[in-house]
Amino acid sequence: MELGVLVYLSSGLFLGWSLGANDAANVFGTAVGTRMIKFSTAAIICAIFITLGAVISGAGAAHTLSKLGDINALGGAFVAAFSAAAVVAWLTILGLPVSTTQAIVGAIIGWNFFTGMATDFTIFNTIIGTWFLSPVLTAIFSYFMYKAVMWMLNRMQLHIVRLDAMTRLALLIAGVLGSYSLGANNIANVMGVFIGANPFQDFAIGGLVITGLQQLFFVGSIAIAVGVATYSKKVMMTVGDSIVPLTPVGAFVVIIATSLVLFLFASSDLEYFLASLGLPTIPLVPVSSSQAVVGGVIGIGMIKNRRNIKWGVTGRILVAWVQTPIVSALFSFMMLFIMQNLFGQTVFEKVEFQISQPILVRHANNLNVKPLEALIGKSYSTSGSLKKDVDKLVPDAEYKKVLNFVQEARMERITVDPVKFPELDKSIDLLTREQIDSVKSLAGKTFDYRWQLVDALTVGSESWRMKERTVLNKKYNRQVQHRLDVVLDLYTEKMK
Amino acid sequence: MGNKSLSLFGNIRALENKISEFLDQLSESNIMFRAGVTAFLEGGGANSETFKKKLELVSAMESRADALRRDIETEMFQEALIPDFRADILSLLENLDEIVNHLEETLINFSIENPEFPKEFNADIQKLLESVANCVEALVVSARAFFRDVGSVRDNSHKVMLYEKEADGIVLPLKSKIFAGAMPLDRKAQLRNFIDSIDHIADNAEDVVDMLAIVTIRRAA
Repeated sequence: MELGVLVYLSSGLFLGWSLGANDAANVFGTAVGTRMIKFSTAAIICAIFITLGAVISGAGAAHTLSKLGDINALGGAFVAAFSAAAVVAWLTILGLPVSTTQAIVGAIIGWNFFTGMATDFTIFNTIIGTWFLSPVLTAIFSYFMYKAVMWMLNRMQLHIVRLDAMTRLALLIAGVLGSYSLGANNIANVMGVFIGANPFQDFAIGGLVITGLQQLFFVGSIAIAVGVATYSKKVMMTVGDSIVPLTPVGAFVVIIATSLVLFLFASSDLEYFLASLGLPTIPLVPVSSSQAVVGGVIGIGMIKNRRNIKWGVTGRILVAWVQTPIVSALFSFMMLFIMQNLFGQTVFEKVEFQISQPILVRHANNLNVKPLEALIGKSYSTSGSLKKDVDKLVPDAEYKKVLNFVQEARMERITVDPVKFPELDKSIDLLTREQIDSVKSLAGKTFDYRWQLVDALTVGSESWRMKERTVLNKKYNRQVQHRLDVVLDLYTEKMK
Repeated sequence: MGNKSLSLFGNIRALENKISEFLDQLSESNIMFRAGVTAFLEGGGANSETFKKKLELVSAMESRADALRRDIETEMFQEALIPDFRADILSLLENLDEIVNHLEETLINFSIENPEFPKEFNADIQKLLESVANCVEALVVSARAFFRDVGSVRDNSHKVMLYEKEADGIVLPLKSKIFAGAMPLDRKAQLRNFIDSIDHIADNAEDVVDMLAIVTIRRAA
């Protein structure tokens, strides 16, 4: 195991620690804040189920997440993960619940700026949308759910002791499920970037094979668990007590409202289910559980006594949300500069972007490619500089289309090397036999662009072809994309 | 986990029963108190067998109520139950326990001092006893509602205030009548103390119901 890899891995562990210290509040904040569950109990449950979630369910979905944006060097990944972790850690020390994902997005943007890569600025619309939608939707849900629950409880006339026990049990169950999904959904954010440089090997105990990926995720989940155990209480108390004092029933409603908002507005499974029944679907919107939970608490505060809501605390949280991606981007940029110029580390690998006839043909329907012919043969080292030239030549082109064009102009010169076929055969759980054979039929061929390999696969076999973009086909297309990523991961260069 | 949750619900039932039994002790000692004082007034003072019996019963209930209150308090603290209302519930139980203590203490004083009440005051004292008993009973019903049916606490709590006022309305003219009579001053003072002591039970009940009203508002919100 290389020492360098371990050093780089440390920033992933730091990010895991920060995530645990901050995001455990989404799951147990209200329960601990209302003193329904002791912090030590919450920390133990959270640690166990985060680990189980990460190792059992996290590894299954992580193949496509092995890249942190376009970051192509371990040094860069180290800095991006470290910057995001540092920002989340700083806000955690201040006791403020923030979105770790948005910190990571900020750090990637910092890398893009530093390396001159083109950034998709529409991501900011998504983030800003999340700041409003997550809390507002959850506030509305928790407001009405709390009213409904209280109406029901008044009718049920439960003894206060029984109500207390049932609420406690419900909070525990919600905490267990929440911790499991926290581990399953976030481990890829924490360790995904290191999959390419995973130092662990598969090993078997009895008949059970523990994959290297599961070991990597286990280590990551331990970091999250340590974060929960050592430093999550402060953010939990902010969420569960400082914004507005909650009742135990309120604490439970907040958790359910948050899960429901995430399920209704961010679950493509539900979208598929509704579409398959011929029902109208709920539009998917970006939501962050850290931000949703704050909205949920405020929603309850609106019913209980709105004068009790501490707007000062709420304001500090909102400022922290805005700060998260911005400070993370700036910090990442600064750290990359230091890493590269002071420590002489590689923070990005040289890449090449080139315009050629095939790519112009490919984008002829989306862009006015005539003026772009002037760029044929010209080579660029960053997508940013290429985009600048494209913008000059076709100033009226649609932003997203230009971005897509620029991304696809990256020269990768992928050769389908038969030496890797045994490894391809090992992916039989992930790919079909027909798909593997179609890859093998391209043996020895070299493709300048990634999309050319994808096109060749699509032409060679029906099984690589995506279906028309409809809600019902989304699941199928995602699966095809997932399988394409397995092949591309194998043939594109690994991060060093 | 399965066993733990089963025992959890077993413990809950036990605790619910303890709270209920505690309120039973208050309600029953209230009935026994009234019967004891009535026996005292009508049948030979502190030497009346019925009076002695009732005093014994109230003393036993007072001890049982104390034990139950301690049990409930310990369990609630140890298990960190009902964090949002634990302090309120404990002080409610303590205040209710005070009433049981006061009932016992008043009967003991009757037994020790064996005051002589002229027959002419009996009717007024009976009226006072009835108001005080109704007052305490309404408090017990309110307290029971607080634990299970918070919406109906108010239905009974206002009765506590009504009966307390009624008791005050009886006490003032009664004391005036006593002091207007020809008895020696020390006897007058003694009788006044006993009447105040009975009336004090209703005052205590009113204080508890005031506190209950505030906690109820918080609980119902």
